[in-house]
Amino acid sequence: MADIAQTAPDRPDGLKGIAADWASDQRAFKSVSWGKAMMWIFLLSDTFVFGCFLLSYMTARMSTTVSWPNSSEVFALHMFGADIPLILIAIMTFVLISSSGTMAMAVNFAYRRNRRMTVILMLFTALMGATFVGMQAFEWTKLIQEGVRPWGNPWGAAQFGSSFFMITGFHGTHVTIGVIFLLIVARKVWRGDYDRGQRGFFTSRRGDYEHVEIMGLYWHFVDLVWVFIFAFFYLW
Amino acid sequence: MSSSSAHTHQSQPGEAAAAAGHGEGQQHPIRLYLIVWGWLFVLSACSYMVDYIHLEGLLRWSLILIFMVLKAGLIMAVFMHMMWERAALSWAIILPPIAVLVFVAIMVIESDHTVFTRMTFFGGG
Repeated sequence: MADIAQTAPDRPDGLKGIAADWASDQRAFKSVSWGKAMMWIFLLSDTFVFGCFLLSYMTARMSTTVSWPNSSEVFALHMFGADIPLILIAIMTFVLISSSGTMAMAVNFAYRRNRRMTVILMLFTALMGATFVGMQAFEWTKLIQEGVRPWGNPWGAAQFGSSFFMITGFHGTHVTIGVIFLLIVARKVWRGDYDRGQRGFFTSRRGDYEHVEIMGLYWHFVDLVWVFIFAFFYLW
Repeated sequence: MSSSSAHTHQSQPGEAAAAAGHGEGQQHPIRLYLIVWGWLFVLSACSYMVDYIHLEGLLRWSLILIFMVLKAGLIMAVFMHMMWERAALSWAIILPPIAVLVFVAIMVIESDHTVFTRMTFFGGG
């Protein structure tokens, strides 16, 4: 993708820039390659998927006449002789934010052609992602043992279980897929595929270090979704 | 967002041109990422504290929303490099999700109606 049309210095910014860029007979996204633009559009569609999940959760919670289980108590862990509310969820949040931080730095090192640091940081990111999924599996196991089912639970509104499994399950799937692709991209960086412009196994197009940034976009999105899940499902 | 990108483009035209020449993408100081990382930690800790010290009602909800929006904004603007992209892309991505807010409003009305009918016809569920 060496032929990325960079923005000419005299192109207008702001609203005039939007009108100029979206005007006919030209590419709309001037300084963005097709790969990055397509990732953004995929993330936009994913936003709607998660938006609909959170919306249906809101609708279920607002329309039920039965009281909603207190998430602060449901997700509490008994540690150090006391029940600490939401502690596992808090740790999961910090792990995911940290993985976003290492991913951002991996993108930076990739553009500096520092392959070693890029691979190390991406592996750290994947490790923290896997840790996150592991803790989620622990949380699911705990809740299932306590009797939470998609059709009922011991504490209140029956929709709690279906909302919980649907939302966190879909998010966990995203994290898992992200970990797999982090490992694939890290391997490519390690082998120097992006230095040689080697063709990818899926699109057969020549890769370059922008792929690390595109991978990063996906990973940050997973973190972004968790911010909303944390606020609406666990804290509300 | 657009004004900051304008600033970047105008203040360092040489750097942007050099980056274009090498086919380089987003290049920003590591320090910036570390600062944002730190802030995300602080904001997460704050939103956890909202639950830990048992804030209730309007204060709780508004604080949750404020911390959520700040965190989401930081991730999108800096980690996902949105603040350095051209407005044509940022607006194309940020505007459509606002339609979800309309959907939220519709479903709030709908759920109010549902809960009202349930209370009326099923005697409080």
